[in-house]
Amino acid sequence: MASKLSETLAAARAEGRAALIGYLPAGFPTVDGGIRAIDALIEGGCDVVEVGLPHSDPVLDGATIQTADDIALRGGVRIKDVLRTVAEVAAAHPSAPVLVMTYWNPVDRYGVARFAADLAAAGGAGCILPDLPVEESDEWRKAAGEHGLDTVFVVAPSSKDQRLAEVTAAGSGFVYAAAVMGVTGTRAAVGNLAEDLVARTRATTDLPVCVGLGVSNATQAAEVAGFADGVIVGSAFVQRILDADGDEEAGLAAVRALAADLAAGVRR
Amino acid sequence: MSQNDPSGAQVPDARGYFGAYGGRFIPEALVAAVEQVAEEYEKAKTDPAFTAELDALLKDYTGRPSPLTDVHRFSAEAGGARVLLKREDLNHTGSHKINNVLGQALLTKRMGKTRIIAETGAGQHGVATATACALFGFDCTIYMGEVDTQRQALNVARMRMLGAEVVAVKSGSRTLKDAINEAFRDWVANVDSTHYLFGTVAGPHPFPMMVRDFHRVIGVEARQQVLDRTGRLPDAVVACVGGGSNAMGIFHEFIPDAGVRLIGCEAAGEGAETPKHAATLTKGDPGVLHGSRTYVLQDEDGQTIESHSISAGLDYPGVGPEHAWLKDTGRAEYRPVTDDAAMQALRLLSRTEGIIPAIESAHALAGALELGRELGPEATILVSLSGRGDKDMHTAAEYFGLYDTDGGK
Repeated sequence: MASKLSETLAAARAEGRAALIGYLPAGFPTVDGGIRAIDALIEGGCDVVEVGLPHSDPVLDGATIQTADDIALRGGVRIKDVLRTVAEVAAAHPSAPVLVMTYWNPVDRYGVARFAADLAAAGGAGCILPDLPVEESDEWRKAAGEHGLDTVFVVAPSSKDQRLAEVTAAGSGFVYAAAVMGVTGTRAAVGNLAEDLVARTRATTDLPVCVGLGVSNATQAAEVAGFADGVIVGSAFVQRILDADGDEEAGLAAVRALAADLAAGVRR
Repeated sequence: MSQNDPSGAQVPDARGYFGAYGGRFIPEALVAAVEQVAEEYEKAKTDPAFTAELDALLKDYTGRPSPLTDVHRFSAEAGGARVLLKREDLNHTGSHKINNVLGQALLTKRMGKTRIIAETGAGQHGVATATACALFGFDCTIYMGEVDTQRQALNVARMRMLGAEVVAVKSGSRTLKDAINEAFRDWVANVDSTHYLFGTVAGPHPFPMMVRDFHRVIGVEARQQVLDRTGRLPDAVVACVGGGSNAMGIFHEFIPDAGVRLIGCEAAGEGAETPKHAATLTKGDPGVLHGSRTYVLQDEDGQTIESHSISAGLDYPGVGPEHAWLKDTGRAEYRPVTDDAAMQALRLLSRTEGIIPAIESAHALAGALELGRELGPEATILVSLSGRGDKDMHTAAEYFGLYDTDGGK
């Protein structure tokens, strides 16, 4: 049976467009405010959302998401709050797959089987665990499989072809292609590494290939949508909320507006 | 270089595991680079030209072998036990760190990379790395927590004098943990040109094994020196443990010697029972930090808890995975040593022997004082004096009131 995530990406493909995937951390700027912000991603036009589980040591994140994680952790966000975020978003938007994106240690510490069970019970669709390479992922993938969760692996421009085949064979839902070598954050140009990586990845798998890292505006989204199955945007949304400087309504409006802009971009 | 552990298993295994600890928890972007390091190291360690070049550097540049020093007046305070210091403080750059740095610098040259990055806590690894980069002509960027750039300002100046760029890291706890995070971020973005010269026996495989191997020379030399000096093996080997590189270096050769106790001294800060400590093996739980499974100071959600120590080099909430394995197997013991005990030992060695140790190494000296009083005058204790204390004089002067404005004490 195809997962909700697979069905959503297939539906976008059937419309002849790329899917739009939005990321925001849970608990940012507060747990309830974070839920409203993730709702705004979907209201603005995101097909899929990634809920970040903030971590004390976000080694793959640039300054923007580090700042958001800091705010969330200082606000006292806990894993149970992240799961509540997933549950409330999933309940309010039954057609939108809700993924969790986090580092491995919080899942490991919470208990791998327990986390998979609780995420599935909350209505979550799967996980992206960017510091859990395929070789270390057996326990997680077994638990995820038992609970019908997808496991999205990241591939990078530095991944060799044989490695791409190993990674894509282990994943489900879609493949997250990192557009650049680097951490999260907005960039002026997406660059030409992404298109090559998508082509090399597609040669190894039938899974949709979605591109993230550095995409922040409709022009870039349209460009990426020209060669990928999905466009992933995170830091640009976080920045909108930071720029609102505590004005929640202004932040939500800016998130909605950016999502709508990007949603138009993937349909160009 | 794998070796037979007491139960006969090879450590680490092919996936970099020491029992349940180690492994390789890294982003996909770094997989190719880490595999390249592992493959190049496997080739290098069986290449006589590599070994010869490294041996020549260790002898003619570092000044190895480092001496073994009997410290009679200090021993009197250690229950009369005979205390022998392995003098890594006398290496060029002032600590054991140069052993690993020269090995990885040669490896960097073999890999054709032109830029080196590193993290540093106390600045000793940063100084050693900046030194090797000057020697080999590599570009060099050192990440150091902002707190540490202040308490180890002398080493910041040394690194800059050697031509390195020093980046003060302002995120998180602004100490060693965050310097490592920032170095990983740099590496992900610049991996084509850059080698991350990791400074301790932690991180993803092969770093825990490779860094240990480059420091094994400490224990290999010391074991023979103790035999030559005393006619027998020591009763115990004592070393400080932050990430644990000097401890693994001196312990490793003694692991098969079942009668030799291996004792690691962790930084207990204001006390292991207080929230302000860095006693990871004593108070932490298994988890994943900086690329490997090991003991971590963490809360019940897997968030890292900030560590505290007067010693920048031990102020780290993780520890090398081989230490985690040695703890669980019982082959090594790990004891907490408070800031105060370490500072008293620092002053004692200075005043009884004319040797000013690094605050890191003073934790091992404090452990030796305690152990000597337990074992008595028949015992022989080998201590890794991993570094010299010049860099710590500001901290020590403030601690003991040594500046003129304080009137001296």
